[in-house]
Amino acid sequence: MDFLNAIVALTNFVMIPAVAYGSQLALGALGVTLIYSILRFSNFAHGDTMAFGTMITILVTWAFQSWGIGFGPLPTALLALPFGIMATMALMLVTDRTVYRFYRAQKAKPVVFVMVSLGVMFMMNGLVRFIIGPGDQRFTDGERFIIKARAFKEMTGLSEGLAIKTTQGITVVTAIVVVALLFWFLNKTRTGKSMRAYSDNEDLALLSGINPERVVMYTWLIVATLATIAGVLYGLDKSFKPFTYFQLLLPIFAAAIVGGLGSPQGAIAGGFIIAFSEVTITYAWKKVLGYLMPENMGPDGLVQLLSTDYKFAVSFAILIIVLLFKPTGLFKGKSV
Amino acid sequence: MSEPFLIGDGMTGGYGKGPDILHDCTIAVNPGEIAVIVGPNGAGKSTAMKAVFGMLSLNAGAVRLDGEDITRLSPQDRVVKGMGFVPQTSNIFTSMTVEENLEMGAFIRTDDITETMEQVYELFPILRDKRSQPAGELSGGQRQQVAVGRALMTKPKVLMLDEPTAGVSPIVMDELFDRIIEVARTGLPILMVEQNAKQALEIADKGYVLVQGRNAYSGTGQELLADPEVRKSFLGG
Amino acid sequence: MTDTIKHSLMFAAVALLILLEGLTDWSFFSGSWNSSLVILNMGLISAIMALGVNLQWGFAGLFNVGVMGFTALGGLAVVLTATPPTPGAWSAGGPGIVMAMVMGALTVVAAVTVTRFLPRGGLRALLILLILAVGFVIYRALFDPSVEAIEAINPALEGNIGGLGWPVILSWPVGGLLAAGAAWLIGKTALGLRSDYLAIATLGIAEIVIAVLKNEDWLSRGVKNVVGLPRPVPFEVDLQNDPAYVEWFAGFGLDPVLGSTLYVKLGYAFLFTLVLLILLWMAQMALKSPWGRMMRAIRDNEVAARAMGKNVTKRHLQIFVLGSAICGIAGAMMTTLDGQLTPGTYNPLRFTFLIWVMVIVGGSGNNFGAVLGGFLIWFLWIKVEPMSLELITLLTSGLGENSGLRAHLMENAAHMRLFTMGLILLLVLRFSPRGLIPEK
Repeated sequence: MDFLNAIVALTNFVMIPAVAYGSQLALGALGVTLIYSILRFSNFAHGDTMAFGTMITILVTWAFQSWGIGFGPLPTALLALPFGIMATMALMLVTDRTVYRFYRAQKAKPVVFVMVSLGVMFMMNGLVRFIIGPGDQRFTDGERFIIKARAFKEMTGLSEGLAIKTTQGITVVTAIVVVALLFWFLNKTRTGKSMRAYSDNEDLALLSGINPERVVMYTWLIVATLATIAGVLYGLDKSFKPFTYFQLLLPIFAAAIVGGLGSPQGAIAGGFIIAFSEVTITYAWKKVLGYLMPENMGPDGLVQLLSTDYKFAVSFAILIIVLLFKPTGLFKGKSV
Repeated sequence: MSEPFLIGDGMTGGYGKGPDILHDCTIAVNPGEIAVIVGPNGAGKSTAMKAVFGMLSLNAGAVRLDGEDITRLSPQDRVVKGMGFVPQTSNIFTSMTVEENLEMGAFIRTDDITETMEQVYELFPILRDKRSQPAGELSGGQRQQVAVGRALMTKPKVLMLDEPTAGVSPIVMDELFDRIIEVARTGLPILMVEQNAKQALEIADKGYVLVQGRNAYSGTGQELLADPEVRKSFLGG
Repeated sequence: MTDTIKHSLMFAAVALLILLEGLTDWSFFSGSWNSSLVILNMGLISAIMALGVNLQWGFAGLFNVGVMGFTALGGLAVVLTATPPTPGAWSAGGPGIVMAMVMGALTVVAAVTVTRFLPRGGLRALLILLILAVGFVIYRALFDPSVEAIEAINPALEGNIGGLGWPVILSWPVGGLLAAGAAWLIGKTALGLRSDYLAIATLGIAEIVIAVLKNEDWLSRGVKNVVGLPRPVPFEVDLQNDPAYVEWFAGFGLDPVLGSTLYVKLGYAFLFTLVLLILLWMAQMALKSPWGRMMRAIRDNEVAARAMGKNVTKRHLQIFVLGSAICGIAGAMMTTLDGQLTPGTYNPLRFTFLIWVMVIVGGSGNNFGAVLGGFLIWFLWIKVEPMSLELITLLTSGLGENSGLRAHLMENAAHMRLFTMGLILLLVLRFSPRGLIPEK
């Protein structure tokens, strides 16, 4: 019984949050990795792109809520999501046209693109704060839980409860659907294949008549979609705050690099690696160990390896280890 | 004499704003022919072919395809006009399967490509067996076959190969040459730059020997092989 | 017009802006000498930070986005050097913490040694994991009780290890040393990597430094802040109580309160200008020296430099450490100016990316450009808010006093500064990519 309790506690406090967080990171890292493989630079504005898409979704959600439109047990934000995606797509295309295209035509060095993305990051960050303010916004509605801790306890008779939040369920389901669609698109459609071809060998893609501007446009559209979905899922699961989204840049980049920049499979694997490490290392294991160890040998302290505030340090440490031992990442990424 | 199918006529030019590398250089090829550009290192062989393909700007001279002046077109536009080009290096999509490589080759086509793909597989049977393997995992000779196959997928009117046998073993080289002859028999004009001058001239209908960006000798492959001057200077006696 | 005159005029223009801030309250100027001096002092510090980043980026092409971390280490140095020691703290926890640190270092050294000398494989990985795990347990066993002991001492005011009680000016070079040490560690691991990896690595280290400052209460009191740091200049109150000074201020027609604040700020301005001039002189000498020429040669063509037998990684490490040290000095100066260390206020947009805007706008590769950029961008950073308020007032004047949109716009006008900084950066990168004062 104690063993079961330990498993349930582990699932409840470590597995489920880590899977949800990992899905969110994976979607974010996919966006970073796609930009890297097609446009060949590290986009520092990605966190703020996520914030922008989420902000639009929140505004539309509020409008829907004030009109009395809901989505039953599911959060209204899911109805508003397409609007957020479309607005972000428009923003990405405008940014590309007014900013990035100039440097593409010049064949500027990647580091110039990174600088430029810093400028875009500032502007988007300012824009988001200007419109919605710097504070915390909650926009989750609908049913809170799929399984409630108490119901689980009554059902199983265990002393440890298991709760699955609706947002966690939605995150995982959405992530699976989005990733499946993305891989189908990249591997089966003509446009998707042309994107992979362009990423693989730009000159040869040109010789084959692939239009780079079209490839770039599709990339931004996909990135806008991924970023908005990732941002909205994160916001539903936790809460929306512009600065938090900016800070997500670090774990997202860590995930993309650990997996191998430029490799979509790597981005997903990296997302989960980072999420699981962050959660397990900053989790207080007292409860789980208490169940597993004999009565009088349970631990006194929290048995927390690092305090939660050091979660950046975890992403970072993993990043450094991978870079030192396998610089191209776990799945062979590109190195430009 | 009627105008050749593809001709780079009196080409003079170099890369960007740099000095001229080609000086009044003329290269031409007709249907059913294999034309080979040979010459010592640094003679501008590859440059001459790139000039024909539009990868450097000409200060003088013209490129005509089937009577049409294409001197001002970009390489991409020349692909649309029917020129197939196989670069010397990075000429395949390494992370994509053989079949995807061929599909990408046919990207500009909107019609059914299965027939052309079938023809490529018949020409290079090994590719059919490896169709779903990433092209980057193939051997050097097989990769060259993928590269040529990719270029053939556009149903080009002329095929240009930049040192197709660079870095492959002599046995593979012979096989590649056999394949190239087979392609030429279908009536497709082939223009090729070769390092292995002797073997290349043996299969060439037309040969151009370039020296310092100028036409030094030209004639049929056999004529050049028989020319004592050419033999002495370039073919090692 | 020669370049020298043009560039001097640019400096004069920025100086004029700062003067106008004191002279007139027209438009977005406040007409307060106090505010003018505040801008000047932070402008001086910003210029020094920009010098440090320019050293790394302009001289060597190193992409360091961890400026915030080095700045914060400088701030920590002030606490550790200049505050009086906390009675009993060292005896309570000092030895434990030192031993824990030594243990941690030994663990890392042991792990690295094993990595170096054992062949790749499962055994090595297992051994490394074992060393790290055992090391970590011992480290925590030594560390945790000492920390608890220190934090238990007078938690309302102290609860940290305290400092050495040295004069606060000394903490500036100490801040540089602290930052240099951290930079050396990062450089050792990350400098061989590609530029974007270095960027991510430095971004991460900066966040970790801030996390340490926020959480290690025994060190810097965490988010409880350290206030009342010693100052290198007199306190305003003391001046106001000194009749001699009061009389002196009256001579300028100043009341004692205003007079004393201006006097103190001018004192800081004098000290900061001194530091800036010294560092600028050193940076100029470095730029012109063979060492500086080699740095730029490496930046422009790393492969060629390597082929000529230059040890590129070693040179990069040198300049990375030097540039970070300058950021550390500036960070210590800033904390001294503030009189307090508030880890919660460090924000990468303000402390890292804004410095980058300064360097790019001023002119990367040119020390004077970086200094000019530091002053100009800092002025704008402060003044964009009133500017955009004016603009919004003008644009929404038709909306009426009670318009909700107007209220919202007014309320959020402060965030326009990020937007404007981004816009300036993009415009400069596009139309004048070499900056206001380009590299020669």
